[in-house]
Amino acid sequence: MESHGTRANYIVGFVLAVVLTAIPFALVATQSLSRTQTVLVIAAAAVLQILVHLRFFLHMSLSRSARENLLAVAFTAVLIFLMVGGSIWVMLDLHLRMAL
Amino acid sequence: MFGKLTIEALPLYSAIAAGGALVTVGGAALVVLVITWLRAWKYLWTEWLTSVDHKRIGVMYIVLALIMLLRGFVDAIMMRAQQAMALNSGGYLPPEHFDQIFSSHGTIMIFFMAMPFMTGLVNLAMPLQIGTRDVAFPFLNSLSLWLSAAGAGLVMVSLVIGKFSTAGWTGYPPYSGIQYNPGVGVDYWIWALLISGIGSTLSGINFVVTILKRRAPGMTLMRMTPFTWTALVTSVLMIFAFPALTVACGLLALDRLLGMHFFTNDHGGNMMNYVNLFWIWGHPEVYILILPAFGVFSEVVSTFARKRLFGYESLVYATAAIGLLSFTVWLHHFFTMGSSATVNAFFGIMTMIIAVPTGVKVFNWLLTMYRGRISFHPSMLFTIGFIVTFVIGGMTGVLLAMPPADFLLHNTTFLVAHFHNMIIPGVLFGYLAGYMYWFPKAFGFKMNEPWGVRAFWFWIVGFYLAFMPLYVLGFMGMPRRMEQYNDPAWAPWLMAAAAGAFLILIGIACLAMQVLATFRDRRRDADVTGDPYDGRTLEWATASPPPAYNFAILPQVRDREPLLDMKERGVAWQKPAKYEDIEMPKSSAVGVVMGAFAFGLGFAMVWHIWWLAAACGLVMWVTMIVRSSDDDQEYRLSAAEVARIEEARYRALGSRA
Amino acid sequence: MSTRPGTMAAHGGGGSEAAELHEQRALGFWLYLMSDAIIFALLFMTYGIMAGNTDGGPTGKSLFDLSNAAYETALLLVSSMTFGFASLAARDGNRGAVLGWLVLTFVLGAGFVFLEVREFVGMIGAGAGPDRSGFLSAFFTLVGTHGVHVSTGLVWILIMMGQVTVKGLTLPVTSRLFRLGLFWHFLDIAWVGIFSVVYLPGLM
Repeated sequence: MESHGTRANYIVGFVLAVVLTAIPFALVATQSLSRTQTVLVIAAAAVLQILVHLRFFLHMSLSRSARENLLAVAFTAVLIFLMVGGSIWVMLDLHLRMAL
Repeated sequence: MFGKLTIEALPLYSAIAAGGALVTVGGAALVVLVITWLRAWKYLWTEWLTSVDHKRIGVMYIVLALIMLLRGFVDAIMMRAQQAMALNSGGYLPPEHFDQIFSSHGTIMIFFMAMPFMTGLVNLAMPLQIGTRDVAFPFLNSLSLWLSAAGAGLVMVSLVIGKFSTAGWTGYPPYSGIQYNPGVGVDYWIWALLISGIGSTLSGINFVVTILKRRAPGMTLMRMTPFTWTALVTSVLMIFAFPALTVACGLLALDRLLGMHFFTNDHGGNMMNYVNLFWIWGHPEVYILILPAFGVFSEVVSTFARKRLFGYESLVYATAAIGLLSFTVWLHHFFTMGSSATVNAFFGIMTMIIAVPTGVKVFNWLLTMYRGRISFHPSMLFTIGFIVTFVIGGMTGVLLAMPPADFLLHNTTFLVAHFHNMIIPGVLFGYLAGYMYWFPKAFGFKMNEPWGVRAFWFWIVGFYLAFMPLYVLGFMGMPRRMEQYNDPAWAPWLMAAAAGAFLILIGIACLAMQVLATFRDRRRDADVTGDPYDGRTLEWATASPPPAYNFAILPQVRDREPLLDMKERGVAWQKPAKYEDIEMPKSSAVGVVMGAFAFGLGFAMVWHIWWLAAACGLVMWVTMIVRSSDDDQEYRLSAAEVARIEEARYRALGSRA
Repeated sequence: MSTRPGTMAAHGGGGSEAAELHEQRALGFWLYLMSDAIIFALLFMTYGIMAGNTDGGPTGKSLFDLSNAAYETALLLVSSMTFGFASLAARDGNRGAVLGWLVLTFVLGAGFVFLEVREFVGMIGAGAGPDRSGFLSAFFTLVGTHGVHVSTGLVWILIMMGQVTVKGLTLPVTSRLFRLGLFWHFLDIAWVGIFSVVYLPGLM
């Protein structure tokens, strides 16, 4: 079976996730940065937190036994980039051409 | 109590519709009567309907596909007849009926003919080719089959109760939305797709896990058969593309059922997103259909040229490249929706690029045939017919890939000709070739060759006659889906096309004759050895039909052509020293039950019979929960029983052992 | 999911057979989760392009509540950790601890669903239901789909609690718990996406 991780894994992951959640929430609550900056921080924190989840809760790693799962997630990420990125490009382009 | 369902739902408004309903009900009744007369219900239930054996499931998928081929073809010939006579005339089909027919034709052929045919062939052949006993999730396999059947059932029932969609097989809103289409047609379409789509996604998962985890010892990825490679890439595509269809249809359903505004004209809907979502699924879908056909051609060409497949590695890489690239071209289905030149150009270029790996494959097949010792088995004829004809269609595809050209040709019969030029010689010929090729393995006797040859010639000549005129008509400006027209210049071409459809009808009749002749001559054409073509791959190493467990002892694989390797080393069909117990999955009625209630759920949602929908949904939930808590799902075949089955086979093999 | 035939001659031994079975089911479940990820991604995309389609009606700014979103986030995040502890207890064969952590996870998850349902009911009552505008259709569908998944997970937790009680921590049962864990953690990842794409930008 794959490694289940340890108690420490889950606690560290939890703490990191809390931090990466608190920061964007706090920024929005206090409105301390500009809109663009806030969006960037939210995005970065989200990506990082997702990686934290993958690593500490889903035990993804570069080890042999976890290799297949990593491949599946990586492939999915590529497809999501293509589908979502492509769609946003297409729909935005249409919107710009059709908005008055 | 019955939602929107009333007696008005019966198709008594038109003689043709009533006729269609009668044929459907009559056909079903006939089948029931024949089975009853043969007293075969118990046999059918225990040996087939509740089976979780991939070989049985594969056959059932193909039976479903062939029945739906007939239904979809009836639609086709009705359309051809209408268009041949509808110059300045209403023909015999009123517009609304014609619209249902072109919608059901596309829907049936893609979802209920091609997909089940493909899934059936992969089910039948792939586990044998990789030397395993069954797919990874045999029960899920059965579930997938019955969900597909439920979807097909919904389409068939729409002939009898209510109407089918008039929104085409693509169902674009806002026309398919509740405002412009308040009837049940679009709902039948939505639920048929949603239900069978889940089946397809599950099959994709099943096949990927099977191929990655259950290959025989020694069979590295680069020792798999080309068909298995295409099955793997196809299955990956199924897992990742079908979610887009689920979202597209699901959001449309939410618009229709709950008054949401995803794709409406007003309140902030964006119907262009539907087109976007649909084709994110739609483009990978055509590769889902064609790749296994390419796999079949690779197998057939190697077997009937008696030569090792040329350029195996390049075939594998080409397949993988096609798989990935298939997610980068989808906008070419809607160049004319209004994107900027940059966007159109990007997708146009990607579309041209994706033609390249297929070109590589064509050369591989040709070079396999070169200097081979070719025998013209019907499957080989279909392959050669494919290579010539598909290339034409591929070239028109590259033409359409140029946005400026597409602006003139989009939604004309040129497009119709192009995609039929891909699907018929590509997908259908491939599946027919696979069906005739692997039939002996499934049933233990060979298919009748003369009728197969006749079927081929009628299909290919019929295809050219039916579709080449459509290219010309497209250049002349004829739009697709026309119920009547007034340009006399088009008429002769449409009459030629109708003649072509008639030839294809004869081709289909030949296929039916082939089945009859095959069963009539089954003792004479028995496949005693399990290896009717002096094959090179593992499926031919086992009996025809194989025992439930496929291989008594799993083979050790040392080569890309394992059976040829074993023959050359003199160890093919060697009796093993001893046998072991084998655990096999038990049959289960749950798949059939789930399919039946899925059909009920779909029907209830279509007709807004909420209590029925809730009840069916609940039954499905509970059944799934009970099933997944069940830990007693296998039975044991003792070594002695395995020995008994194998001894019988070795006796039949006689001098070969 | 169901079982598979044995491959005793090739792989030998019953123990590794069961391990193989678990691996195949785990991989199958991962692949299902990946297909689910595509569904969510496309719902996110749809939300993204429709977030501005408010049709002159209510906007995110007027409807969303930052503290509600924060509570929901906290509940789900803690529940991920408690499920993790349930997984560890299962690995250690500690039946009582497994049940305890599962109960806690269930309560936290149910709290999440309660808050979300309350939010939805409030919005619908205020005339901001999914049929009001494209933006709201997209919002309710994206967030609601996630909520339906969580609710399904809650039912699954109850079923697993039943199985653990009745059958004990057998291999099939722990194998299922493992997959439920994958599901549960995946849903927390989806929620990170939701508050990052829907609530926080909506309230900026």
